[in-house]
Amino acid sequence: MFSSFMANTWIVASIVAAAAGFIGFFVVVRGSAFAAHALPLGTFPGAAAASLLGINALYGLILFAGLGVAGIIQLGRRGRHEVATALTLVALLGLGTLFLGLTREYSQEVYSLFFGQVLGISDSEIAPVAAISAIAIGATALLFRPLLISSLSPELGEARGVSNRRMEFCFLVILALATAVALPVVGALLVFSLMVGPASAARSLTDRPLSAMLMSVGIALVTVWTAIILSYVSDWPVGFFVGGLGAIAYAFGRAWFRARTVKLVRIANA
Amino acid sequence: MDSLLTAIFEPGFFTSEPVHTAMIIGGGAALVSGVVGVFTVMRGQSFAGHAVADVTSAGGSASFLLGINPLLGFLGMAVVAAGGMELVGIRRIRERDLVTGIVLGAGLGLTALFLYLDVTMGSTTGAANTVMFGSMFAIPAETIPLALIVGLGALVMVAVLYRPLLLSSVDPDLAEARGLPLRLIGFLHMLMLALAASLSAMTIGAILSTALLIGPAATALRVARRPGSAIVIAVLIGLSATWGGILLAYDSYYWTPGHGWPVSFFVVTLVFLSYVTTSRLGGDRQRRGATLPRVRHSTTGKA
Repeated sequence: MFSSFMANTWIVASIVAAAAGFIGFFVVVRGSAFAAHALPLGTFPGAAAASLLGINALYGLILFAGLGVAGIIQLGRRGRHEVATALTLVALLGLGTLFLGLTREYSQEVYSLFFGQVLGISDSEIAPVAAISAIAIGATALLFRPLLISSLSPELGEARGVSNRRMEFCFLVILALATAVALPVVGALLVFSLMVGPASAARSLTDRPLSAMLMSVGIALVTVWTAIILSYVSDWPVGFFVGGLGAIAYAFGRAWFRARTVKLVRIANA
Repeated sequence: MDSLLTAIFEPGFFTSEPVHTAMIIGGGAALVSGVVGVFTVMRGQSFAGHAVADVTSAGGSASFLLGINPLLGFLGMAVVAAGGMELVGIRRIRERDLVTGIVLGAGLGLTALFLYLDVTMGSTTGAANTVMFGSMFAIPAETIPLALIVGLGALVMVAVLYRPLLLSSVDPDLAEARGLPLRLIGFLHMLMLALAASLSAMTIGAILSTALLIGPAATALRVARRPGSAIVIAVLIGLSATWGGILLAYDSYYWTPGHGWPVSFFVVTLVFLSYVTTSRLGGDRQRRGATLPRVRHSTTGKA
């Protein structure tokens, strides 16, 4: 399990989990679960497009991540936000089916792009993931206060000169960047599950933003490590365990929160 | 004139059995999705609709393992997902989106597992493509009766519940003041959604079925002034996108000899184009922003 063959898996999965836990905090606070689902999933056709054109997959992924952000923002201006997200996603996926239809040999890779193939990661794949994840985390940290204000109270944000529209754009770009590089390595499902499950559990455990954020990173790391071990032992796909553990983390967070609230009410009544 | 017709309808289009089946099941899926989708969009539950549709892929991939009709698999999982989201019973939008996301992640995890087992235990190949992106020309004709029952069930539910469903979608506060059972209606709406999503998943694939569910309805709500006409327009858009897509995909065998282009691509593109081209027609007539998460999410876990 800890052989040199697995070393890259542990490294890359930890980087992706840390970034997802970090950014996931804002996914939960801003209520952007749909965007966090749509951007990774809508980015996958980029890999198929790149293989069709014979260019580096990363360029294709970044192009499609950009199209995803542009679609969500542009369509969202004139219509409902979630309708815009849904239609941007299916339009990108529709292109994906076309590319897959035209490049027959690519279809085996659909599975790994969706659900992740964390075993057998090559050395050269680590550097881009690490670099872009660091940029995404750095950008989130820099924008921490304005992002938080515009998430919790858009009105207050505007009063303090924080443009909500700009914040939304920045956040989507960060999301898209972080997922585009992680996608070919760990798959769309894994990125999404790691963004929503751990962060939602952390938010139930504490009220303070900073500790919630750190806790979210911690839970994401534990989730992905447990999932790799279980997947190694059982030979079942890692995405299954991450999805399941995410749901368990959320359920645990809610149960914990309810217990805590009941206790507070009792203290208040006493 | 004749040559023009042959150019549009390439030879054999009307006599081909797969095309016949695709037209019937695809048409049924477009009809039911258009009707149910109008309510889904009005209620601001597009994400839930998308999630139910995505999670049906777990049922579709399990059906290969169990050797049952894929439609039954799609349907079973859609009902489970819809129930799971609704039973948590949260009405605050941000919290609801979160639960939807969690169910979606866990459901797709199941898909990953079943597809893996399909390959290792059942040696089924290509299940991932069929389940996710659909293969309308490969639907066996035996599925037609089952699909008609599912579609009819959804339409009957909408017809019976039409007024309370509409009121609770347009103005939940008024509906509550009138004493309507909002939770029950919400649950029944999710059930209709599950029926519609499983039909669409069968035709254009689990992760693309959102196109038929949300696209025509969102376009229709932009154009129409009344809910009734929105439903009619949504159905018409869905039907023309689906049948047009089938026709184009059939013809594409003649454009690129050897292999045709996927039906799902054409259907999704036609739906998307209809939405984009109507975006200048005055935006949403529904209360804009009614679905945007504006409420500050407080720290209560129960709602």
